[in-house]
Amino acid sequence: MDGYANINKVYVEVLAVFRRDGRLRPLALKWEDGQRYSIDRVIDIRRAASLKAGGTGMRYTCVVCGRQTYLYFEDEDWRWFVERK
Amino acid sequence: MDRVVLHSDLNNFYASVECLYRPEIRNKPVAVCGDPEQRHGIVLAKNYLAKAHGIQTGEAIWQAAQKCPGLIVVPPNFPLYLQYSRLARQIYADYTDQIEPFGLDEAWLDVTASTGLFGSGEKIADDIRQRIREEMGVTVSVGVSWNKIFSKLGSDLKKPDATTVISRENYQQVVWPLLSKELLYVGPATQKKLYYHGINTIGDIGRTTPQYLRRILGKWGEFIWHFANGYDESPVTRTGEEAVIKSIGNSATTPRDLVSDDDVDLLLYALSESVAMRLRESGLECRVVEISVRDNSLYSFVRQQKQPRRTNLASEIHDAAMGIFRANYRWERAIRSIGVRGSDLIPAHSDLQLSLFDDEMRRQKLVRLESAMDDVRRRFGNLSVRRALMLTDQRLGALNPKDDHIIHPIGYF
Repeated sequence: MDGYANINKVYVEVLAVFRRDGRLRPLALKWEDGQRYSIDRVIDIRRAASLKAGGTGMRYTCVVCGRQTYLYFEDEDWRWFVERK
Repeated sequence: MDRVVLHSDLNNFYASVECLYRPEIRNKPVAVCGDPEQRHGIVLAKNYLAKAHGIQTGEAIWQAAQKCPGLIVVPPNFPLYLQYSRLARQIYADYTDQIEPFGLDEAWLDVTASTGLFGSGEKIADDIRQRIREEMGVTVSVGVSWNKIFSKLGSDLKKPDATTVISRENYQQVVWPLLSKELLYVGPATQKKLYYHGINTIGDIGRTTPQYLRRILGKWGEFIWHFANGYDESPVTRTGEEAVIKSIGNSATTPRDLVSDDDVDLLLYALSESVAMRLRESGLECRVVEISVRDNSLYSFVRQQKQPRRTNLASEIHDAAMGIFRANYRWERAIRSIGVRGSDLIPAHSDLQLSLFDDEMRRQKLVRLESAMDDVRRRFGNLSVRRALMLTDQRLGALNPKDDHIIHPIGYF
């Protein structure tokens, strides 16, 4: 959604795969500074709102470098975002 | 067995969505307002902080700003609200297929047959509230009752994010002390009439007789007596059935006042094109054309006319609308807004009595022409093909009624 600039909402580049059964799985993401992080595990997938970043989407609870983090997929305009820590 | 009917109402819908997407204004008074440049500058929705300053839906931006100097005014984002409305409906659909939307932000749900699966009406209401809060980041108030009138009333009683149960056991304590205007279909005029007869509360309505109310209010008197006593039995319309369209219309508050027949002619073309296109998209034709006119003193009127032949052609709708306009307006004042509507709809493919005297070949050409224009517009946008007339006035001609559709919060009347 354009027109909603929010410093806590960070759109990121994501490498993802569509599995044969139709499931979408993120594999890696590229942070603003260009650093790539691979997603070790996806623990949970559900629709959820992000009050901090402002918005809603499919929320992937991912394990990255041993830490849990939320990765949101906005299914209206097909973009991924994370909340700034 | 009694029905279990829920009424779910998204709290301060437009404003809540804006506050979710703009965390920086979340704790400030916010009003979602139309564009003053386009003379749509009224409050469409506000959050609780703005409400606390007495700001009301429908008032002008300057009035609102006077009441609340720090007011934050944001423009509406209808595509986003439609998306949110759909998300809410998807959640409702997990509990029942009997969903009757009332505007973008409200819906009745009949969950009678789902209570075996999901628990009581109150439990389902609480589940829905939790899911909307967590999944969508906004809140709903839900009323639970055995009829639509009381469930709607219940959803208004506790806000935000609350469930109110109105049962046969408690309705006389919960509903009856409320003022009569809280009842659906009791507006200011009816409330006044009732007041003159010593009827102030919903309980007063319920305790009198339907015959007495009929004497005061006509047949509506009996209706509201039924409503007040919880005798409302109107069903919650199943999803899909509500899609039966009764009429299709567009109106525009113009960037400048209209002062001549030529101005009106241009605008009626723009509006008729949009109405005709939407009729064709829905596979419908109209048998009645209606215009609404509001002058710059805000006096408004509506006139309609049955058409000799049903149509979904912009040129025919325009000609009919212009004819009605010419017969009913004498230019005592300039015009601020104008609308065109097609009603008495019928599927476009149903049988038709042709006239011996019309030039059917010419009409078929018009049909093909307009459907070709639909194709071009679908691919390249609504402003890609336009009548040359639209170029004669830059400001009026730039209107795009089909895309600029403002969705006003729905009223009861």
